[in-house]
Amino acid sequence: MYSVNYHRASSVADAARLLKNGDAKLLSGGMTLIPAMKTRLAAPSDLVDVSRLKDLQGIKVSGKAVTIGAATTHYDVSTDEKLRKACPALAHMASLIGDPAVRYKGTIGGSIANNDPAADYPAALLALGATIVTNKREIAADKFFKGLFETALKDGEIVTAVSFTAPAKAAYQKFRNPASRYAIVGVFVTKGKDGVRAAVTGAGEDGVFRSKEIEAALAKNFDVAALGNLKVSAKGLMSDIHASADYRANLIAVMAKRAVAAANA
Amino acid sequence: MSDVSLTVNGKRVSGSTEDRTLLVHFLREHLGLTGTHVGCDTSQCGACVVHVDGRAVKSCTMLAVQASGSSIVTIEGLADGAELHPVQAAFKEHHGLQCGFCTPGMIMAATDMIARHPQGLDEAIVRAELDGNICRCTGYHNIVKAILAASAAMSKGAKGKAKQAA
Ligand SMILES: Cc1cc2nc3c(=O)[nH]c(=O)nc-3n(C[C@H](O)[C@H](O)[C@H](O)COP(=O)(O)OP(=O)(O)OC[C@H]3O[C@@H](n4cnc5c(N)ncnc54)[C@H](O)[C@@H]3O)c2cc1C
Ligand code: FES
Ligand code: FES
Repeated sequence: MYSVNYHRASSVADAARLLKNGDAKLLSGGMTLIPAMKTRLAAPSDLVDVSRLKDLQGIKVSGKAVTIGAATTHYDVSTDEKLRKACPALAHMASLIGDPAVRYKGTIGGSIANNDPAADYPAALLALGATIVTNKREIAADKFFKGLFETALKDGEIVTAVSFTAPAKAAYQKFRNPASRYAIVGVFVTKGKDGVRAAVTGAGEDGVFRSKEIEAALAKNFDVAALGNLKVSAKGLMSDIHASADYRANLIAVMAKRAVAAANA
Repeated sequence: MSDVSLTVNGKRVSGSTEDRTLLVHFLREHLGLTGTHVGCDTSQCGACVVHVDGRAVKSCTMLAVQASGSSIVTIEGLADGAELHPVQAAFKEHHGLQCGFCTPGMIMAATDMIARHPQGLDEAIVRAELDGNICRCTGYHNIVKAILAASAAMSKGAKGKAKQAA
């Protein structure tokens, strides 16, 4: 790791000020940034640690309205009793990230800001139609995830929370890479008052995306039977050492069926 | 450089270190606690697991300054004098190690896993919970056996104590 200056922010405003130092980066759980710094893929001049900010932590559930602070860990999301009642699919999704030690440190804000094409949260937030709240504005998930490791965040912008309305039905199914634990394909489906949304991670050449094919098939009938003839095109899907685009296309259909079955269970 | 102050295995320690120093290197090189190991560069193997404020985390994926102010338990802090911690005793009894390189991380992850499952563990849970701890020798079988035995022994112990208290 190259040398770096560490700062512990005392508030979101303090973090915003500290981010003006050189080539500073926010540090949350560090489960992506520190490995990248160790291998020198990332070399920020300064780190601004927001992981201890109380304002960025915790989960609020009021009726169907859910708000999760950006520095809330995957472990806390997976075990929160109120969230497990309001939106069990999201708590379940968080329990599938990485391994227990990663879940104790990694955070929702860090995960979505990083927008890894195989990460789980981007699919969940896209399917939930969530809103990403920053220190400057609110951004709809549909506008937030822009491509591989790319988001709508501007320089120095800090994610402070994520909010959404819990849908009537939702589920996430993930086919994991057994070595990295990231998704080879993950599908998150929801059925809420604005209809059906289905988001796919792990597969797209441009990162997470909504599957029009799945959404159209489920629009009239939110049932596994409606996906019986589903054919997912391999166009725009990734091929790598783990899986070909065709294999991923097939997995999307399989994971979508499992997710709908789980959502209806 | 930053000042780092920690409570490690119940003792207050402090020192000055480069900001880029990883917690695992601070423990091993500044404090001489070489029980915590480094087995990979990719945050995947779990040989470095220690408890920070009661949570089992990878000390290779955290800066020492990030941990400043926290309370840390390493493998050296588990035994009570000459008496092994029940998880250590179970690894010995069930031969849960061969070369022993992964063992400190396995044991720190196992104590955390047992604490999170007061209702008890089964084999499927133990294997899933060990996702972040890699062993190149044992084939995991005896590690799983040891953790199940320790979990059973510890819940019996707790019940025994509860009875005594009642
Ligand atoms: C072994 C291993 C397995 C993993 N498996 C999975 C998996 O199965 N699925 C999965 O989804 N992920 C997985 N991850 C990644 C993990 O979920 C990370 O926690 C996550 O990607 C990043 O979150 P973090 O809080 O650790 O962020 P950090 O590493 O601290 O930061 C990541 C990036 O986000 C920026 N950032 C952080 N916080 C904010 C904020 N509030 N506002 C704006 N920008 C911010 C940082 O500057 C940095 O660029 C794995 C990681 C490891 C080490
Ligand atoms: S040394 Fe920490 S995970 Fe491998
Ligand atoms: S006993 Fe050798 S690595 Fe696990």
